[in-house]
Amino acid sequence: MPERGAVPRVPAGRRRALELIRSFTSPLLPDDYLELINPLWSTREMRGRIERVERETPEAVSIVIKPGWEWPGHRPGQYLRLGIEVDGVHHWRAYSLTSDPERPDGCIAITPKVVEAGKVSPFLFRRVRPGTIVRLGGVEGTFVLPDRPPQKLLFISAGSGITPIMSMLRSLAGSGGLQDVVHVHCARTADGVIFAEELRALATRHPTYRLHQRITSRQRRVGPEQLDELCADWRERETFLCGPAGLLEAMSERWKLDGSSARLHMEHFQPDAQVGDGERGEGGEITFCSSGVQARSDGGQPILAAGEESGIELPYGCRMGICHSCVGRLRSGRVRDLRTGRVHGQPGELLRTCINAPEGAVEIDL
Amino acid sequence: MSATQAERPTTAPSFEEQSSPLALLTPEQIEELGRELDAVHDEVFADLGDRDSRYIRSTIKLHRHLVLAARAMLLGSRYKPLWLAGTASLSLAKILENMEIGHNVMHGQWDWMNDPDINSQSWDWDTASPAEAWRHSHNYEHHTFTNIRGKDRDLGYEIMRIDPHQRWHPIYLFQPLYNLLLMGFFEWGVAVHDLNGDAIRSGEKSKRQVVKELKAIGVKARRQIIKDYIAFPLLSRRGFKSTLTANFTANIVRNVWAHSIIFCGHFPDQTYTFSEEEASKETRGGWYVRQLLGSANIDGGPLFHLLAGNLSFQIEHHLFPDMPSSRYTEIAPRVRDICRRYGLPYNTGPLHRQLGTVHRTILRLAFPGGRPRPKPGPYRPA
Repeated sequence: MPERGAVPRVPAGRRRALELIRSFTSPLLPDDYLELINPLWSTREMRGRIERVERETPEAVSIVIKPGWEWPGHRPGQYLRLGIEVDGVHHWRAYSLTSDPERPDGCIAITPKVVEAGKVSPFLFRRVRPGTIVRLGGVEGTFVLPDRPPQKLLFISAGSGITPIMSMLRSLAGSGGLQDVVHVHCARTADGVIFAEELRALATRHPTYRLHQRITSRQRRVGPEQLDELCADWRERETFLCGPAGLLEAMSERWKLDGSSARLHMEHFQPDAQVGDGERGEGGEITFCSSGVQARSDGGQPILAAGEESGIELPYGCRMGICHSCVGRLRSGRVRDLRTGRVHGQPGELLRTCINAPEGAVEIDL
Repeated sequence: MSATQAERPTTAPSFEEQSSPLALLTPEQIEELGRELDAVHDEVFADLGDRDSRYIRSTIKLHRHLVLAARAMLLGSRYKPLWLAGTASLSLAKILENMEIGHNVMHGQWDWMNDPDINSQSWDWDTASPAEAWRHSHNYEHHTFTNIRGKDRDLGYEIMRIDPHQRWHPIYLFQPLYNLLLMGFFEWGVAVHDLNGDAIRSGEKSKRQVVKELKAIGVKARRQIIKDYIAFPLLSRRGFKSTLTANFTANIVRNVWAHSIIFCGHFPDQTYTFSEEEASKETRGGWYVRQLLGSANIDGGPLFHLLAGNLSFQIEHHLFPDMPSSRYTEIAPRVRDICRRYGLPYNTGPLHRQLGTVHRTILRLAFPGGRPRPKPGPYRPA
């Protein structure tokens, strides 16, 4: 079954009323008729309407969405699963929420950067129009500010790694929490700095927010060796880091050697095309027993993608191991979880095909 | 036990067969034909997009608007013109929901959209058949074993002698009569058929499974009865009786229509049936040919095809059961061209003719004997 949006919090009275008139609509739901008037009224799943599309940089837009039901809230730094139809096909993607959870207009925002090889981000970047209805899935992620924000904070971001951190900054600024914050941000070009103006304005308004911006086409990339120079007391700060894998690796190494790893919080960003960064194996032959099709994975390609390349239609949802829409029963063989590199698999086990690659020959009931 | 005794009792040993067009093709030709049809399938699937998604969404919307209009009109069902207009609208809605939407969504024709609301796994229709049982008996059994005598239970639905190969039994004398009943209450017939009497008798289907499926039919029955025969009539207050008859009429109209269209799919004179032996060791290409020879189309305009759920393109549907129905009309010329080039028949005709031959067969085969009807020969473009 394809993935659905999150179940909205609907007043109990309304749910009961809908349940009562179900006798008149069965096997359809009252929702099916109410949606003719307004698709946001669905009580089955949370939906939202795109209110505005704001160009942030030559490569990124902010999409402002009004949820159909009251927004249950998110913690700054979390991401949202968003479902949207592109060329007739429904796709799900995860995007960091960039909005303050307490936005007075009740809207939420995401700020995708276009990945030209992808399917959804080019659509959001060029073609989506206000008024489009989207599905809103669950809010997830553990890269979040603690409930009581620490006194001293250090943010390190690079490129679109700014997005979860923006939600944190906006939330802190809104609640007077920008007490002592150092923010080191890198971008390739000056044009490409997402939220450039807002960051500058924050720094002007709050002297306790110190922004160090690096343009890496002109300046040196920020690395662990410059920490002392940029923020002498980094060891004492709760640090939130989001950017490419290389930066994350280098920094976490430094914290391990020289600071306290418990104080370093990191968000891994995964490009559309690649699943996880776990160790790769040799791959192998995949037999899809129900469709009678054979496919091969090189070890980096998940079973799902390999099957699709061989021309069969397989169930899928998030493509990142969250929603379990893609599961199939393993008949034989072992697989490798591409996120962790762990090799596993027992006959009869339900496997997520989107995050597992074969480790030798496998047979799967799909 | 000798080999003949082991054969299914429904299969009477044989007439002199008219040579099936399948026998005239070389294995290479059959494989080539398979590749050509695979290419048609792949081309359409690569092209699916916005246009198709808009089509199914607007069809679903149309159904819901028709229902709302019908139910609103029937609130005043005591007034004759409203009764008529309301019943007509509700009949149309039920036909649309059953044929173009329900049947096709549950075939998985729209699963490529990855939309949780228009998906074969989540869809339920306004008929007596529970979705899951129907998907098994129809999508799997009928579409895999199409027109194989003794394996395709849709060949006569286990209660009718629709093919002269079936052994005659006195009960069939009544088939013209109970066929009329089946027409009016087709959805119930289908629901019971999905239970698979054969499998129950042979013990293939566990008692628990049967009870589960019976319960599911019960739930569907209760819901239809509550909606059409209690809730809406009550809403019409003094029009209780007239709304009840309107709803009953709409269900009957839908059933008669569905029965007629569906019986025209495989039972007209020109279609072929196959023995298990003919279909054993069948390749993908051979499967295609069997679908081609075993199915029949109905000629008509776009509105007719819509109301027929595009089952008037039964041949195209059987070649590509998972292809969105709206595409059948587009690929039909290519299928006809393949038939022309390979010397295969393309069975089609207007509704009255196709239905006429079906009912003639039902009458004729109620009595012992009968032979396969003459076949039309290779397709020749008009």
